[in-house]
Amino acid sequence: MRFVDEYRDPDLARALSAQIAALTEPGRHYKVMEVCGGHTHAIYRYGVHDLLPDNIELVHGPGCPVCVIPMGRVDDGIAIAEQPGVILTCFGDMMRVPGGRGSFLEANARGADIRMVYSPLDALRIARENPDRQVVFSAIGFETTAPSTALTVLRAEQEGVENFSVMCSHVTIIPAIKAILDSPDLRLDAFIGPGHVSTVIGCRPYEFIAREHGKPVVCAGFEPLDVLQSVHMIMRQLAESRCEVENQYGRVVRWDGNPLALKALSQVFELRPFFEWRGLGSIPQSALRFTAGYARFDAEQRFELPGVQVADPKACQCGEVLKGVLKPWECKVFGTACTPETPIGTCMVSSEGACAAYYNYGQYSRQRLDLQVL
Amino acid sequence: MCLAIPGQIAELLPEAGGQLAMVDVVGVKRKVNIGLLEGDLAPGDWVLIHVGFAMSKVDEREAAEALAVLEMMGQAFDEELQAVAESDPA
Repeated sequence: MRFVDEYRDPDLARALSAQIAALTEPGRHYKVMEVCGGHTHAIYRYGVHDLLPDNIELVHGPGCPVCVIPMGRVDDGIAIAEQPGVILTCFGDMMRVPGGRGSFLEANARGADIRMVYSPLDALRIARENPDRQVVFSAIGFETTAPSTALTVLRAEQEGVENFSVMCSHVTIIPAIKAILDSPDLRLDAFIGPGHVSTVIGCRPYEFIAREHGKPVVCAGFEPLDVLQSVHMIMRQLAESRCEVENQYGRVVRWDGNPLALKALSQVFELRPFFEWRGLGSIPQSALRFTAGYARFDAEQRFELPGVQVADPKACQCGEVLKGVLKPWECKVFGTACTPETPIGTCMVSSEGACAAYYNYGQYSRQRLDLQVL
Repeated sequence: MCLAIPGQIAELLPEAGGQLAMVDVVGVKRKVNIGLLEGDLAPGDWVLIHVGFAMSKVDEREAAEALAVLEMMGQAFDEELQAVAESDPA
């Protein structure tokens, strides 16, 4: 295809790789977290980590919306779907996420009406087409998808669609990064910032990471050379003892984000005091709920929810993987009891999950790393 | 769900208060909500689409690149395209 080759040019990749190596201090080990699951996928699909010197370790972050949904939240969705006359709608990625009482798919098999949609607007259309049913959209995602839910709710309001509501599990990326920075388990040197989330929130919200924590952040695109170039920008900052927020993905990401998206978000949603994340636990002000003006679209107020916390299965170590403390293959059930076909944990469900990415592309690198450990 | 699908605006539609456009998405014409980029788009422009909403305006080069990233996703991309084909956000 036209254009794309330059982002995969092997000579350019080798040159960048050599420049990165030249910027490392011998004897120092660098840990760089890629926050976004899309980057994790690109890194393992293209073996970007193989182009880095051995003392730069890429650590996977929590930026996979499906992966961070706790089991109790899946059960809440099922509880709504099992009420008479309800159609629950959700993104396809959610269907196989295991809850304490099984997944949405399994709930369907027991007689619930849970439908996959591509867009929240499809859920609104289903509500219009089924005026005698209650149609609920199970909304998940970071700031990339939350504005779409907000606009859909505004549309429902304009059209007066009364049988539509949203179970809002939207989360925000900054508090998750804060939780990781405050976690004693992990010492990170820098962050590769998420690409798509940053198109909405811009680069400014990351400035505290540089200012208060002294760690560089580079917002990155999704081509293999984008990721390599971001690592290069990070290493240059570290070599020059700088810590700043830089934007490698300026082709798409504006410094101040998308103002219309931010406006829609603040109109419809506000921060929840607390939200439970799988693996990271309860994080203050880390998720969205409806503002008072839009509370009538809140499925959590329209329906009674169990709201029970469900502990992850003992064998599952998604929490450690999401925090970057464990590599996927270090989890006891990775690739044996837990596979993309029969996932135990969320990181194996979503294609953006670190475990699924490793499972699909990582065998080779796993062997290589195992050899190094031996 | 987090995938960004590139599309080229074919026509701005009058319905839904000007929030909809007909967009060529990987060879298929689909309705896409452009409410988050309102006033900034014209036929021929390229956008990145998330869950039925145009989230950012990009140039043709970036659109081609986004498509290449999607192709690398393999099955996840096929499933997403299938979902787009079945979607009707009107």
